Amino acid sequence: MIAATAFPDFADVQGLLRFGFKHHVESAFALLRVRNRTAARAWLASAPVGTAEKGALPPAVLQVAFGAEGLRELGVPVAVVAEFAPEFVAGLGTDANRARRLGDLGVNDPARWQWGGPGVEQVPHVLVMVYALPGRLEACRRELETHWGIAFDLMRWLSTTDMGGVEPFGFADGLSQPEIDWTREIPPEDHDRLTYGNLSCLGEFLLGYPNEYGRYTARPLLEPAGAAAHLPRAEDAPDRADLGRNGSYLVLRTLRQDVPRFWRYVDAQSGGDAAQRKQLAEAMVGRRMDGQPLLPPADTPIAGVGTDPAARAKNGFTFDADPAGVHCPVGAHIRRANPRNADLPAGTTGLVSRAIRMLGFDVDALHADAVASVRFHRVLRRGREYGVRMSMAEALSGRAPQVETGLHFVCLCADLARQFEFVQGAWIAGSKFAALPHEADPLLGNRLAAPDEPDTARFTMPRAGCPSRVVDGLPPFIEVVGGAYFFLPGIRALRWLATA
Amino acid sequence: MIPQGHFMVVAEVRPGHEPALREVLARMNTGPGQADPANRLLPFGRFDTLHFARFSILVDTTHADLAAPGGTPEPLPTYLAFLGDCDGPGGRQLDEFVRASAAGLREVFGHCVGCPADAAALAAWLRARDQPVAAAYVNWIGRTRQRIREERALAHALAGRLRELQSAAPGQLQSVRRQLVDYVAGERRQGRLVVAPEPATPFGWWLRNLLHAIAIPVVGLLALPLLLLYAPIFLWQLRTRERSDVQIVPPPDVAHVAELATFEDRCVTNAFTAMGSVKPGAFRRTLVVVLVALLDYAARHVYGRGHLTRVQTIHFARWVFLDDGKRLLFASNYDGILESYMDDFINKVAWGLNLVFSNGVGYPRTNWLVQGGARNAQAFKNYLRRHQVANAVWYKADAGLSAMDLARHTRIRQGLERASMSDREIEDWLRLM
Repeated sequence: MIAATAFPDFADVQGLLRFGFKHHVESAFALLRVRNRTAARAWLASAPVGTAEKGALPPAVLQVAFGAEGLRELGVPVAVVAEFAPEFVAGLGTDANRARRLGDLGVNDPARWQWGGPGVEQVPHVLVMVYALPGRLEACRRELETHWGIAFDLMRWLSTTDMGGVEPFGFADGLSQPEIDWTREIPPEDHDRLTYGNLSCLGEFLLGYPNEYGRYTARPLLEPAGAAAHLPRAEDAPDRADLGRNGSYLVLRTLRQDVPRFWRYVDAQSGGDAAQRKQLAEAMVGRRMDGQPLLPPADTPIAGVGTDPAARAKNGFTFDADPAGVHCPVGAHIRRANPRNADLPAGTTGLVSRAIRMLGFDVDALHADAVASVRFHRVLRRGREYGVRMSMAEALSGRAPQVETGLHFVCLCADLARQFEFVQGAWIAGSKFAALPHEADPLLGNRLAAPDEPDTARFTMPRAGCPSRVVDGLPPFIEVVGGAYFFLPGIRALRWLATA
Repeated sequence: MIPQGHFMVVAEVRPGHEPALREVLARMNTGPGQADPANRLLPFGRFDTLHFARFSILVDTTHADLAAPGGTPEPLPTYLAFLGDCDGPGGRQLDEFVRASAAGLREVFGHCVGCPADAAALAAWLRARDQPVAAAYVNWIGRTRQRIREERALAHALAGRLRELQSAAPGQLQSVRRQLVDYVAGERRQGRLVVAPEPATPFGWWLRNLLHAIAIPVVGLLALPLLLLYAPIFLWQLRTRERSDVQIVPPPDVAHVAELATFEDRCVTNAFTAMGSVKPGAFRRTLVVVLVALLDYAARHVYGRGHLTRVQTIHFARWVFLDDGKRLLFASNYDGILESYMDDFINKVAWGLNLVFSNGVGYPRTNWLVQGGARNAQAFKNYLRRHQVANAVWYKADAGLSAMDLARHTRIRQGLERASMSDREIEDWLRLM
């Protein structure tokens, strides 16, 4: 074992893992296919990719990621590519079994996607993300296109719009993020966590470091000879060069949001009452439109949220005090995406209660135990909105929007199956989350019927002292129209790809 | 109370007949691995005591692993396994299959060695190949298909009626409950809802179950002095082996996983079948038999009320020894995607998985029999996938219902049968709907 240094080498980490580039409000993502391998490698060898080091704000930042086919096109041996995660190798939009598992059916069917679907040449080889300070994006894009020359075919630019931290439906977004344990305070060992924490092991997001189980996620390890000699060594296998170290998997999904449909549905359910409309929409999301949670902060600070009052007000809460979902419905979007639970149901104290709960003899705890422990299922979100923001009046008017709008959902994780696919498949698309019947995610569900389920288009709001309110007939508000899996390498791995 | 039974016919496939057998089995399906309830060969949907059934061709792709710990991977035949779970004894269910579909069964089992031509002999032949279950878990012992159907109808009706009462103001819980109780009473009088009384428990089963419940602890107590004496030796034997046993956990073959995935996630419930070799030597062979017997004891007498330790997503599970205990087969019906099933295994009951499966060749290394093992999450997932066998045909009677749905329906019925409830209890009860 190599001694763990206090920090990872930030100069070897792409900036996106550490920063959201919030000052770089302009951004665009280029989907590229390799046209000429030599030229592509030449560009990659010197591409000015932004790192995770802190410093003066550059006018523009580049981030570069690769699809599995892209790696092969660039000349990475097939056997090396095969050592990446099988989900990455198979791809997001090109496998019918994966589509079924992730709810990418019906309106979300990859066959209908604008990019990334099963067709020939639909899947990008390389993703170049450009983040620029105001007014700097266009010049940067033009310059890149000139540089790329014969190296790449540009499939498309995914453009983005700065909506000021608000997503197209009008809700403040991106508020809850896991805090990465950069200094590796969490000891790399396997033990139970009895309270919810927001601090995640480095290895949950960066390959080459211990994850929440205290283990290293599989990734390609090479003979440290030739060009690979410049790669970092693997901590868990010091005689091997670690192609994954300081890299991460990146999921990009283009989610088209039907803003009029959303607000008109909610409006109809609320009898046209503006206050009720807002309340229903907020119940579906699980936060107020301005981002305030529906629950007060927990009494004790949560690790990884910090003690700063603003941060605590935003993220210092759990659902422990609201098991029935009276304040925040159990099926609300943010509760599905992050149930804020621990390894055992809330209130486990002492060895006896722990043993009783481990054996399943505590009936009340069992009822709260339908949801998996969240610390193994976190993702780091880096999405950006696109299109034109609509006002509420426009949305309610029923006129079709002039411009398509939505979110280029971007998330990072070290284990695609356990993190992104689990959250998407079991919690968002699944129609049995927390034992709720007949409902998938109120925002993202595809609403398709399952066997013996007329539909999955309901949303239940438990109330105190009276029957729950159930709304049904939810249409799809969000459609997946593109997507792919990428590998976002560390800087040295990126240079290896260009020279190997 | 009618207890649930199990059957598992294991028959040797005639050499060279595997492709033809696969072709016949595929004719029972509507989609990959998904049985057509009305298929011509064995119309599963007509048997109203049948919960689950599956046909699997047991090709042991990991048999060669046995060479690593010094075993001899002797050539094994390919088996066809036909297994399922039903109300009442499994043997009786097999007889019913033969009575209704002898011709179809012969078309299937005709590809196996020694399948007789006439129906009377077929029933005996199937029963003779019915493997004893070493351990069986039933999500809710005594919940028959009939009960499931009644409770589902009751839950649906109540949920519908409750929708009409949605606007009830706070403070009217007792009145809401009274209206629901009256509504059900009315529907029952009209014959639109049926809640049959609990049938009598078969005396023979009751007695055997009671004797089993008593006998195992008695044997344990009697053997306790010897076990205590043996304990230090046992621990030494165990630790020696745990330190040196070989892990065989390479990533599973991509094509194998793709085939398995084709059959998965077509319904809220999935079927899992896996098999592997028990580690060679008397120590592991004996240990696994004892542990599986204890597991069976827990499943029969401790659990069976909606959960197996913390896991509430398994409908039925079984552990069966094959080939004189040299191999162990595990089969279950679970809710949700495999990733979430494995998550339960790893994060909720790793210790339980380790107890049994660490006696299997290649299992991720354990410490003290319960630690490590499945907690080596990635290695464990690789191990499971490598040992998994595709199901050629899989049938689930109550489509769309998860185990937690069934438990919810039962709690709804139980709430209805109570004489009175506090406001707080009514609130919780209504939320089940």
